[in-house]
Amino acid sequence: MTPSPGDRRFRGITAGVGETVVGSERAAVAAPQSLDVFRPRYRAGDRLFSWALTLSTWTYLGLIVALFVVLFAGSWLAIKSFGLRFLVGSSWDPVAGHFGALPFIFGTVVSSAIAIVIASGVGIAAAAYLAEFAPPLIARPLAFLIELLAAVPSVVYGLWGLFVLAPLVRSVIGPAIQSKLGWLPIFSGPIYGVGMLTASLILALMIVPTVAAISRDFIESVAVDQREAMLALGATRWETVRRVVLPAARPGIFGACVLALGRALGETIATTMVIGNRPAISASLFAPGYTLASVIANEFTEATTQVYISTLIGLGLLLFVVSIVVNAAARILMHTVLRNAEER
Amino acid sequence: MQLELFTRKKALSISAAFLAVVLGAGAVAPAFAATQLTGAGSSFDYPLFSKAFYEYSQQHGDVAVNYQSIGSGGGIQQFTARTVDFGASDVPLNAEEYKRAEQAGGKVLQIPIALGGVAMAYNVPGIAQGLRLSGPVIADIYLGKIVKWNDAAIAKLNPSLKLPEAQIVVVHRSDGSGTSYIFTDYLAHVSQAWKSKVGVGKSVQWPAQNSVGGKGNEGVAGQVRETPGSIGYVELAYALQNSMTYAQVQNAAGKFVYPTIESVRAAAATKPGVNPSDFSIVDRPGAGSYPIVGYSWAMVFAKPADAARAKLIKEVLEWTATKGQSIAASLDYVPLPANVQQEAKRVLGQMRF
Repeated sequence: MTPSPGDRRFRGITAGVGETVVGSERAAVAAPQSLDVFRPRYRAGDRLFSWALTLSTWTYLGLIVALFVVLFAGSWLAIKSFGLRFLVGSSWDPVAGHFGALPFIFGTVVSSAIAIVIASGVGIAAAAYLAEFAPPLIARPLAFLIELLAAVPSVVYGLWGLFVLAPLVRSVIGPAIQSKLGWLPIFSGPIYGVGMLTASLILALMIVPTVAAISRDFIESVAVDQREAMLALGATRWETVRRVVLPAARPGIFGACVLALGRALGETIATTMVIGNRPAISASLFAPGYTLASVIANEFTEATTQVYISTLIGLGLLLFVVSIVVNAAARILMHTVLRNAEER
Repeated sequence: MQLELFTRKKALSISAAFLAVVLGAGAVAPAFAATQLTGAGSSFDYPLFSKAFYEYSQQHGDVAVNYQSIGSGGGIQQFTARTVDFGASDVPLNAEEYKRAEQAGGKVLQIPIALGGVAMAYNVPGIAQGLRLSGPVIADIYLGKIVKWNDAAIAKLNPSLKLPEAQIVVVHRSDGSGTSYIFTDYLAHVSQAWKSKVGVGKSVQWPAQNSVGGKGNEGVAGQVRETPGSIGYVELAYALQNSMTYAQVQNAAGKFVYPTIESVRAAAATKPGVNPSDFSIVDRPGAGSYPIVGYSWAMVFAKPADAARAKLIKEVLEWTATKGQSIAASLDYVPLPANVQQEAKRVLGQMRF
């Protein structure tokens, strides 16, 4: 690679994508002088390309704003009639027209929080194993299978949860936990099979593939020389992964967890099938609960009065807000953790 | 490079061809069809409607009906917005809804179009069949007052059964549904406590602490099947098709009756003058009447804007409410009693075009 064609080539690379690079390389090699002839074409392409990028980004931003406006307008009647009581009330009685969203907010946040704690542990471990420890012969099919799991429709998880996991929680997992830790309020009370714990487990199962697949990509992209440097200093494989590879991949892994959390917060059908659908705030994880997404799915089709429909749209708005708040909180947490890590 | 261009061109032409086929199909399809009527609403009506409307178009080539089972709430909205020719709802329009529909398109006619019953499914260890329940006992179970299967009130109704000392798990529908409406209508009818504390609705605040909600008939049925000690209510057609275990319920005449097509029909036949403002048919008299039953309703404007369409709408609905009812039994739905069919026909006779 001589400096002068190299320069031209780089001009070609910045000018376009993919095949353009190949094209300009050929042009550069064959006829360096004629490069200027191509320039106007690239510029028009450039502009088109940048417009396309700008448009697709702003379209999404516009969509989010539109979504917010529509949800807000739709729920205005409910906000006007209930005000703050809507947020802090815990009674949900469509017959009497009392609507309080607190049990749904509680159910959404708690089930997703438990799910992400379990899924990040399992998912990152799986990613580290696949990227660093598993022999390639096993790692490749395994990674493929995990990515396949991410594509399984949530209703399938829901059915499996209802017919396999729920009975298992009722007859095996639940009693086992209760016999040891039954004195804790979160493991007390009757076990129905369906409930907050089962929903959290299903959600965890659903988001592990997301965490594992994305984390694996980031772990694999950690520079080889960093690993080699660590190994050269006499570190074991495990020490290398723990002290160099995982910290280097941390921003990506965190991003994976945030993405997974988003899926858990919005998950509807699988949660609905196994959470028990009781709008109550219970200390026990074995008790039934309810989430924002589930109650919308359950009651929207048959809701008839204006206030009732407006209230359900209001729950949609709340879910939107909860997702934004949780995502923001996760991001702030990530920045704090990363800064602390740098300071150390 | 050459190869790449070729494949891209090929891909482009393939997608263009695909697009052409899709667009072409869209443009051509309506040309075959006869007048397309549209309806929307209750999902309970859907199996009956889809078969009835299919049969109807087989016999009358000039009409095809497209019914969207989007739920009663959506059906009423679409009907009020006049985007569909008729709506269907598990509960007739209330005063507020009626007023809004009337403002949109004038007088509204509502007819009973499908009849259904609600079965009490149970899963009690050691009891394969033959459980008997009464209205007040079911109400107390769902209120959370009776929490064990060997409760004296249940034992009194079942002297021949050996009831276990098992906790009752109460299962209800979590989604808004006409089945829940009929069930709570019945409970409010037989229990003052239920009426004042919970009330009647497609979604209610279920008071029992030991209750869980399942989505749809299949959700409740799955819950009951998987949970020993549970009781739940499901739509009769679903219970019959899935051969579930369900209870005999004591009717107003004091008899214990299984929900069957005959016992539901017998209950409905005792109230021929059923109408949108007096539509409850739970706990009817008669030795053979099953007590937990109710109608689903179809609604049309008395004078739709398009006279030619109006005539077709009337013919289709009249056929569905009368001749078409013979299809119901084949789907484990309950055909409307003859006197109610006549009533529906009379109401549709008020349509003007």
